[in-house]
Amino acid sequence: MTDIHTPGSKRTLGTDVVIVGGGIVGASAALALRQKGIAVVLLERDVCGSRSSGINYGGVRRQGRLAAQLPLSQRAHHIWARLPELIGIDGEYVRSGHLKLGVCAADMASLENYAQMAARYDLPLEILDQQQLRRRFPWISQRAIGGSYCAEDGHANPRLVSPAFAHAAGRLGAQIFDQTPVSRIEHDGQRFIVDCPQLQVRAPLLINCAGAWGHRIAAWFDEQVPLQVSCPNMTVTEPLPLFMDASIGIEGGSIYARQVSRGNCVIGGGQGYTTSDTTARPGREAVLELMKVASGLFPALASAHLIRFWSGIEGNIPDRNPVVGPSHTTPGLFHGFGFCGAGFQIGPAVGEVLAELIDDGHTPTPIDAFAINRFSTASSTLMSTTIVSGDE
Amino acid sequence: MSSAASLTTLPPVIVGAGPAGIRAAETLVRAGLRPVLIDETAKGGGQIYRQQPDGFSRPAKALYGFEASRAEALHASWRALLDQVDYRPHTLVWNSEGGELDLLQVREQHYDGQPWQQLILATGATDRILPFQGWTLPGVYTLGAAQIALKYQATAIGSRVVFAGTGPLLYLIAYQYAKAGVEVAAVLDSAPFSAKLQATPAMLKGPAVFAKGLWYLGWLKARGIRIEYDAHLLAASGDQRLTAVRWRQQGQEQQLDCDGLGFGYALRSETQLADILDCRFQFDELNRAWLPVRDAMGRSSRDGVYLAGDGAGIMGADAAEWAGELAALALLQDSGRAVDATRVSQLQQQLARTRQFRQALEDAFPFPEQWVHEVADDVVLCRCENVTVGEARRLISELSLQDMNRLKAHSRVGMGRCQGRMCGLAAAELLAATSGQSVADAGRLRAQAPVKPLPYAIAPTVQQWSPALPVTAVAEEADHD
Repeated sequence: MTDIHTPGSKRTLGTDVVIVGGGIVGASAALALRQKGIAVVLLERDVCGSRSSGINYGGVRRQGRLAAQLPLSQRAHHIWARLPELIGIDGEYVRSGHLKLGVCAADMASLENYAQMAARYDLPLEILDQQQLRRRFPWISQRAIGGSYCAEDGHANPRLVSPAFAHAAGRLGAQIFDQTPVSRIEHDGQRFIVDCPQLQVRAPLLINCAGAWGHRIAAWFDEQVPLQVSCPNMTVTEPLPLFMDASIGIEGGSIYARQVSRGNCVIGGGQGYTTSDTTARPGREAVLELMKVASGLFPALASAHLIRFWSGIEGNIPDRNPVVGPSHTTPGLFHGFGFCGAGFQIGPAVGEVLAELIDDGHTPTPIDAFAINRFSTASSTLMSTTIVSGDE
Repeated sequence: MSSAASLTTLPPVIVGAGPAGIRAAETLVRAGLRPVLIDETAKGGGQIYRQQPDGFSRPAKALYGFEASRAEALHASWRALLDQVDYRPHTLVWNSEGGELDLLQVREQHYDGQPWQQLILATGATDRILPFQGWTLPGVYTLGAAQIALKYQATAIGSRVVFAGTGPLLYLIAYQYAKAGVEVAAVLDSAPFSAKLQATPAMLKGPAVFAKGLWYLGWLKARGIRIEYDAHLLAASGDQRLTAVRWRQQGQEQQLDCDGLGFGYALRSETQLADILDCRFQFDELNRAWLPVRDAMGRSSRDGVYLAGDGAGIMGADAAEWAGELAALALLQDSGRAVDATRVSQLQQQLARTRQFRQALEDAFPFPEQWVHEVADDVVLCRCENVTVGEARRLISELSLQDMNRLKAHSRVGMGRCQGRMCGLAAAELLAATSGQSVADAGRLRAQAPVKPLPYAIAPTVQQWSPALPVTAVAEEADHD
């Protein structure tokens, strides 16, 4: 890494790879690149891991993902198993099991179809009927008529895990700049020139991991992504006696819930609203609705209190898949953004994939479905699909 | 009247029925309006003039001492207002969104919404707390809580009680307890006596307050009540509950048996609602805290939001009454109504004088800046989340934390039931000292709804699955991590 500081001008750095965005994807990519001995500068507008990567629900889940994501998700599953050796903390990661509930026959049919599909990706799911559900999970009300259980899925604390990826990358020599927004990126034919208020970074390779703002960087290189922001609502209860021994999802969306070892139940659902380009608040109606749905499903909440609400800004893409892979307009540019509220679990695997693309030019993990040029041929039906909720 | 003002059809809303809120309401009523007055408690008066529950009958003089006539006057104003305002007792404002306040009816535990166009925040204050060993032991209370016990519940926090910390309330409450027949074993003031002597000339600018302070002190001394200066709390000890308190004075450790301890270091403003309403904040040196900015009339940075009383900066009960009236006059003025300029300038002068006097008080009862250097690692900093001082110090150093919200994210400080309202100030002192910054630069915890814990009981009874959140299969499933 070369530091070509000239007095009177802003600091200029040269490096192999510059990453824009210090969320779990960008930080994982920085870590994976450093493991390969490649020089990295990571630029984060705020503080690494403080946006959606750090304030999401914390689900570490394969069940429920689109088929195209399952290879990536399986790869991530193995990374999560090595979390302490990788980032130095356990991040409160537990394989509690992930239980997706159905509340009507159509839900159960859908869960069964999904289980058959997932089996082809070596993801074993156990379909539970109402009796089995009552026996295994007596804390769930009769509103649920069955479920699909994935024993090795679980949850973790995103507040701790996501910044820890950045810290781990920093310990391996990645140069990390917090509070460093990127104002402009140019390509001079050989290198990217990335301008920030106090810093200019020059590198032949650039990774765009700018989350819900990633499409703006893509647009600077003439690549259009129909990304729309969403603001999932998150709530947390005061600590309660432990009862919720699985992370809960509901077929079709609605709420999602988990209980941490301290006893707090983290429950998400519904949408908030943006208060600026970078900030969001929970929505009153949706929070009240969430409380209604959650207390209907989990009677133990009846006398509990919510102590905190929050929201964040997510990048949603109509086909519910992220953009991962090389640019189709600009050699040396790679993307990893737009995870549609489901990037926390797969983030570390995406980081490894991006590092492989840079180091080897290819990755063994199938990522064709995430190509950025898929939108140039997108049909109007694809564009009209809406995302109901997410949680990051 | 401007055209904008004529479009104002909603009644003004006042949050808080303490001295500021009641005087604001009175001013608006006098102008022919019928404001909504939202009160978290059962009866108006706020904390300092908190009323007894029905059926309790201690006389005002016994309850409020020198302040009896002011308390009675305020209560009389409140009673006179009851049929002229839309009074909402037992009501917590827990959030605001899109021109509507979210309310919790605390007793019935149900939800209510209150639309507003003009809002006066008179949200008051709580004790400023600095933790010490054993501060979570049963028998240890804040000064404010000890006072509520006496005034509202007609009970004492113990039979042999020590009061510690600093600030005018320290002596007032010792007096009130002693007057009520409770044994006050000692008053431990962390400020040195020299601070009081040095502040005396400036204190004379508020002669009435100063005289009262002297009187309390003299009264306590005359009854042989032990008063110690430069006395720094070290520990509250006891197995199941408090049995003794230990402090350091000029290098010497001292101990005293007691079964009740009230402590606090003056007050801190309750600012979450102003924060949720997006009012601009700045650091205030006098209060050693981030506060919502306001102009000389009490206007916040946000149109239609006015700030009054201790919730916007600690000035005391008298100043709160004046600021409440002034904020209401600002509201009326902004609605295109004529207001009495003489009265405005009189109120502003009184407030300016109070602020000068407030500086003298701060000099007489200085914030104990050495606390942050002396507090032991094993002291609990955040009791909701059980985070110790040592754990916070370690994380601040290891992760080079600079900002309160990052400290919260990494340590859980301020993440529990109180949302940092109790521990936030001490955590900011710790962050500033450990990271080598000023308290101002350490920043402030962003307020998040709900302002106080929100019971699930307000969720409407679920009769059937609601349509708002999809709970049956939909064509396109949305998932989450």
